[in-house]
Amino acid sequence: MAALTPISRTPVSFYVPVVAAAGAVAGLLVGTAQGSSLIGIIGGAILLGAIAFLLTQIIKAEAPGRWALTALFAVAGFLMGGLAAGIIGLLFGWFFGWFTFWLFEGRYRAYVAPYLTPGQVLWHYTFRVICGAILVFLITPILVVMPLSFNAEDFFTFTPEMLRFDPAGYSLKHYEDFFTNSDWQGALANSVRIAPMATLLSVSFGTLAAIGLSQPHVPFRRAIMAILISPMIVPLIISAAGMYFFYSRIGLQGTYMGVVLAHAALGIPFVIITVTATLVGFDNSLTRAAANMGAGPVTTFFRVQMPLILPGVISGGLFAFITSFDEVVVVLFVGSAGQKTLPWQMFTGLREQISPTILAVATILVIISIALLTVVEMLRRRSERLRGMSPA
Amino acid sequence: MKLTKTLLASTALTVAAGMATADGHMANEMTIVSWGGAYSNSQQQAYHNPYMEKTGINIINDESSAEAVAKLRAMNEAGNVTWDVVDVVAADAIRLCDEGLAMEIDPDEHLAAAPDGTSAEDDFGDLLVSDCFIPQIVYSTTFGYRTDMVGDTPPTSVCAIFDTDAYPGKRSLEKRPINNMEWALLCDGVAKDDVYDVLETDEGQQQALDKLATIKDDVIWWSAGADTPQLLADGEVVMGSTYNGRLFSVIEEQNQPVAMLWDAQVFDLDGWIIPTGLSEERLARALDYIYFATDTQRLADQAKYISYGPARASSAPLVSTHADLGIDMAPHMPTDPNNAQNTFLYNYEFWADYRDDIDAKFQAWLAQ
Repeated sequence: MAALTPISRTPVSFYVPVVAAAGAVAGLLVGTAQGSSLIGIIGGAILLGAIAFLLTQIIKAEAPGRWALTALFAVAGFLMGGLAAGIIGLLFGWFFGWFTFWLFEGRYRAYVAPYLTPGQVLWHYTFRVICGAILVFLITPILVVMPLSFNAEDFFTFTPEMLRFDPAGYSLKHYEDFFTNSDWQGALANSVRIAPMATLLSVSFGTLAAIGLSQPHVPFRRAIMAILISPMIVPLIISAAGMYFFYSRIGLQGTYMGVVLAHAALGIPFVIITVTATLVGFDNSLTRAAANMGAGPVTTFFRVQMPLILPGVISGGLFAFITSFDEVVVVLFVGSAGQKTLPWQMFTGLREQISPTILAVATILVIISIALLTVVEMLRRRSERLRGMSPA
Repeated sequence: MKLTKTLLASTALTVAAGMATADGHMANEMTIVSWGGAYSNSQQQAYHNPYMEKTGINIINDESSAEAVAKLRAMNEAGNVTWDVVDVVAADAIRLCDEGLAMEIDPDEHLAAAPDGTSAEDDFGDLLVSDCFIPQIVYSTTFGYRTDMVGDTPPTSVCAIFDTDAYPGKRSLEKRPINNMEWALLCDGVAKDDVYDVLETDEGQQQALDKLATIKDDVIWWSAGADTPQLLADGEVVMGSTYNGRLFSVIEEQNQPVAMLWDAQVFDLDGWIIPTGLSEERLARALDYIYFATDTQRLADQAKYISYGPARASSAPLVSTHADLGIDMAPHMPTDPNNAQNTFLYNYEFWADYRDDIDAKFQAWLAQ
């Protein structure tokens, strides 16, 4: 990106306080970890303010100054708390070196439009910081789980060995436990049996419903749609309790088919929504053209309509699959111990014994979910490409 | 189209796989409900495995004891009892018995006599606290503390939890009034014999809450038995209450720097009930299992896997060493004379009468 605005150096009274404020935030984090937030805030502000002044007014050379600061912070971190703290120190040092000169040289002004007021420039960057903070807030809990799953101990605790990156602090034993323990393997087998079957039912019924409901001549379309979507909106616990009593009366409670049907009901709304969305771009004259050439409705569906709406069907199916695979409330009610799925096993495991095997399973599930969502995204792009080519 | 064919083929496969695994609901199965974790494991080793070997019946474990009362009510209402034998604490057994959800047991008819001929009724003695309840273990709720966070003077009295000057740091207590109220009064100068008399009165309840209020800011409230061990292992709390078997596991199996504070431990019982409404065939099987699993030797065997005391008097001399660690289990039992110098027995009658009332006050106090 080319620079939009010519830049000039800023006065000391601007950038030193700003760096000091950022230092106070960093000091708050470090100070809280060390036991005193207040000392951290004050110490961080004074230290970073002084460093900013020193770097820009006394050392002046940017590259050596930043390298020296990075090295200094890395060593300080290492002395305070070993290797992990050293790396954090290194990142802090690099960041503050960059931040100081970014402000000092006025570089922050270069890529925003020249006519913005200082307030607007401030908001421009504040907005980005807030977005970043939200992202961190959402992602951190997932990321924290991953290293903990390699814990050598049986607790959800970062041990001193782990923080020193000592190989003795890490182990694959919780993964081993998952793959060898009959409880977990039984639960995995149940999940793998239930989810594809529930997905298949959701996709079949959901696709048919979506196609039917997209025909303009169907009466009460909106009402029917609302009823079919309701499992997504009604609180799960209510559906679950209702299904429990209903399935008990008709002998489906505690059976494989019962759980499959319950999960299919939860998955259908996702399929309806995604398929309806792809049907919006589907050209109905294609089915008429097919009929004109002598194809029956079934042939038309499989050879003309299905290939075109397939991306929607598959992404709906993936959502239905994840719903069944992640679902714990309904299966607790509708299933019995013989249908114990992975989330159920994780749920009881968390309550009765906080074992990092749960974290190992969680890590595996996160990876599976990422893979599935990647597939969905690729299908969406393929669908857009196809639709761009079709004579809409 | 190739894609369509692939889809159809995978569909056919899924259906076939689904059909193949759809349950032939086996007549040779029974569902036993318990707490999960190390406790279920001890039952699996001591009771389930030998029983399955002996009879060929397949036992399915359901880890739902924590919500056993609610689930049994729902099952009863839906007319579909899917559990055969349920492991519950004595207080839940009393409730289920009162509601007619658990079957009454005649100890001398349904349970094995001791090897020396003592009748089951005498062998279990006072622990038969309900007509429906077959006691299995005696466990205690007691405190563990971090040995590296208490300085040179490790606590010896339960009142250390209220002494934030000598033992600064957080402590973890169960998020319910039971036990906490008793400990609070005990440490507020009430004599042990008077605790329940005082706790019957509004002033007494307020006195207990006031005592708890002195450490309210230092308490992390737990609701699952696994919480305190995790908090202790993290060093998040300096001391905390939990079941003694959990602490045994933290200390001996996980080698954490934690020690037991047995003072003023509260004994409680855990055992089996058989739900009402079973078919004749299932009931016969459940009774057969109970007869097998609660005899003198089985109860003693369970203590090889977890540090809970067997409920039969005749089992105590048979308690041997830990199955994996090989350490002598007797000194780790809550009932060991060294550990049981100062104990409480969970007062079932008192809490049956006052639980709802004190629960409400306690929750309101927590929310303040």
